[in-house]
Amino acid sequence: MTYTLKPADPYDLTIEDTSYLSEHVDTGDRWVLNFGPQHPATHTTLRLVLELDGERVARVTPHIGYLHSGFEKLGETMDYNQYVTIVSRMDYLGPILSDVCWHLAVEKLFGIDLTPRCKVLRTIMSELARIQNHLLCVGAAALDLGAFTGFLYAFNPREKIHDICDFVSGQRFHSDWTRVGGAMADLPDEAVFKRMVSDFVNDDLPRALDDMEKLVLRNRIFLDRTMGIGVMSKDEAIEWSLSGPLARASGVRRDLRKDEPYLCFADNWDGQGASAVEFKVPVASAGDVYSRFCVRVAEIRESIKIINQLIDNIPGGPIDMFSDGKQVKPPKAEVYGSIEGLIQHFELIMSNRGWTAPVGEVYGCNESANGELGYYIVGDGKARPWRVATRPPSFINYQAMAKMTEGHLLSDVVAILGSINIVAGELDR
Amino acid sequence: MPIADEDILIIDTPGLTLAESVYLPEIVRGLGTTLRHMVTSWGQGKTSRTIQYPEQRREHYDVEKGGQFDDNFRGVHRLNRDDAGRVKCVACMMCPTICPANCIHIVAQESPWDDREKYPQQFEIDELRCIFCGMCEEACPVDAIELTPEYDLVGLTRNEMIFDKEKLLSIYDATIERKPM
Ligand code: SF4
Ligand code: SF4
Repeated sequence: MTYTLKPADPYDLTIEDTSYLSEHVDTGDRWVLNFGPQHPATHTTLRLVLELDGERVARVTPHIGYLHSGFEKLGETMDYNQYVTIVSRMDYLGPILSDVCWHLAVEKLFGIDLTPRCKVLRTIMSELARIQNHLLCVGAAALDLGAFTGFLYAFNPREKIHDICDFVSGQRFHSDWTRVGGAMADLPDEAVFKRMVSDFVNDDLPRALDDMEKLVLRNRIFLDRTMGIGVMSKDEAIEWSLSGPLARASGVRRDLRKDEPYLCFADNWDGQGASAVEFKVPVASAGDVYSRFCVRVAEIRESIKIINQLIDNIPGGPIDMFSDGKQVKPPKAEVYGSIEGLIQHFELIMSNRGWTAPVGEVYGCNESANGELGYYIVGDGKARPWRVATRPPSFINYQAMAKMTEGHLLSDVVAILGSINIVAGELDR
Repeated sequence: MPIADEDILIIDTPGLTLAESVYLPEIVRGLGTTLRHMVTSWGQGKTSRTIQYPEQRREHYDVEKGGQFDDNFRGVHRLNRDDAGRVKCVACMMCPTICPANCIHIVAQESPWDDREKYPQQFEIDELRCIFCGMCEEACPVDAIELTPEYDLVGLTRNEMIFDKEKLLSIYDATIERKPM
């Protein structure tokens, strides 16, 4: 059954009541079932109104807004550094990815070029966050489909990523680690960091991935429940503007790390002709739920390669840009030691001074774990943005939920929802 | 620009092999994996990630073994004392300005001491509102406010969780050994 919105009143506010829905179906007695907003398999708070014909899903109406927290509006009252604390609460499965994306967009607005050290560290941390997100997605899918053990094997290595974040920034989860033109602080101890990261990516993670592949991805029950479910063809994926693993599982060859390279994914990132990090973009063609999980696991393996290329040659030098010094917070030694540093420090923090952002608008985007994550910033020359808008991958991918689900069994809804990996913080902003 | 062919990794999703679809050998192999995990994580073994809180705590572990890194950890705040034991803060209002959660409240007053003009007569942090981002510590020009490695933060009422100056100074006394200034 194809998905048709009632054309006369697409914004019908009485969509909630059943008569509206049942008026819309041709025959028979159908059931209307509310899935969520409080259901463990929705992972977060979202609601699907399912119209069932027996056990088949005839129509799906996705609802959003249950976790709306005004994040975008808050962007207008916070300065370019403070807002990172909000951004990292949007995609809370891999918070550093959002942090990095936000500050890359801000730096695009300000025209700041980062130091090589900062680029490398940001790349490493954001790949770790990508791994963190994918592990949760695959693990939680296993949990939803009844394989509790697979979930635990995915969560064990996630714990290590939290430890690394804790070491680098002081908080395990919401690191809020990036700052305009640099990071909150340099690594406390580079040798320890290197050991922690390379132990993790070369020892714990591959073993966990092997276990997960054996236990989940080659599991007959899992395959039976995910193969051929929620298929999106390549053309449909483009039409619905899907991005990230969802699009790549349908055969769309798009990855912003290759298409619009940033950080260490771009050639000549250190200004001395270094070549971009090498990795491959996993692309499947089936477009079903199973291939999405396979793409995610393959992406974790590619992230391991990226981290291994960078971890042994982190360039020295400062992590913060402190060149002409009007836009970046000076180091503490400078604040205590020189009057210029102190003045600069006060200027940036005081509410009536702060940044003089260029007047203009930018859109900066990154390949986050779920797809294209972008921030659109309008600066009006003041310390705070005039407007901040987010392009969250979850939101765009979620619109295809109805299309993917219709015609499938009720139990497949959970599998499809798990494969989109919706993060409601980002969905509802 | 389309991504070059050599940068694409084609993932094929093969169906089940015969051995996998027969299912029984797979059950045995799966049990093998689970058993291996059970043995290696037995009683805080190699792969166990459980910490028996509160008997064991993260600070008892080495950083590389999943322990807490005290120098960096962003826990409960403290107000530092200077050499004379007075509160170090000069009530410059940097930290309430930078705080993204608006949870620091300071009443500044003329200081009774000659080495500075102002001092905080009242200094309150609402620890329930705080998101422990550490920006106050970053913003302070005299290192007066710091985040400590303490993380067990409990209280029975909301009022109790608004820490005043005395409480914050007492956290300094309690944590100065663990995290020197
Ligand atoms: S840690 Fe952050 S939220 Fe908490 S008081 Fe300091 S600046 Fe405010
Ligand atoms: S920034 Fe430091 S000196 Fe200024 S009010 Fe806050 S604690 Fe006091």
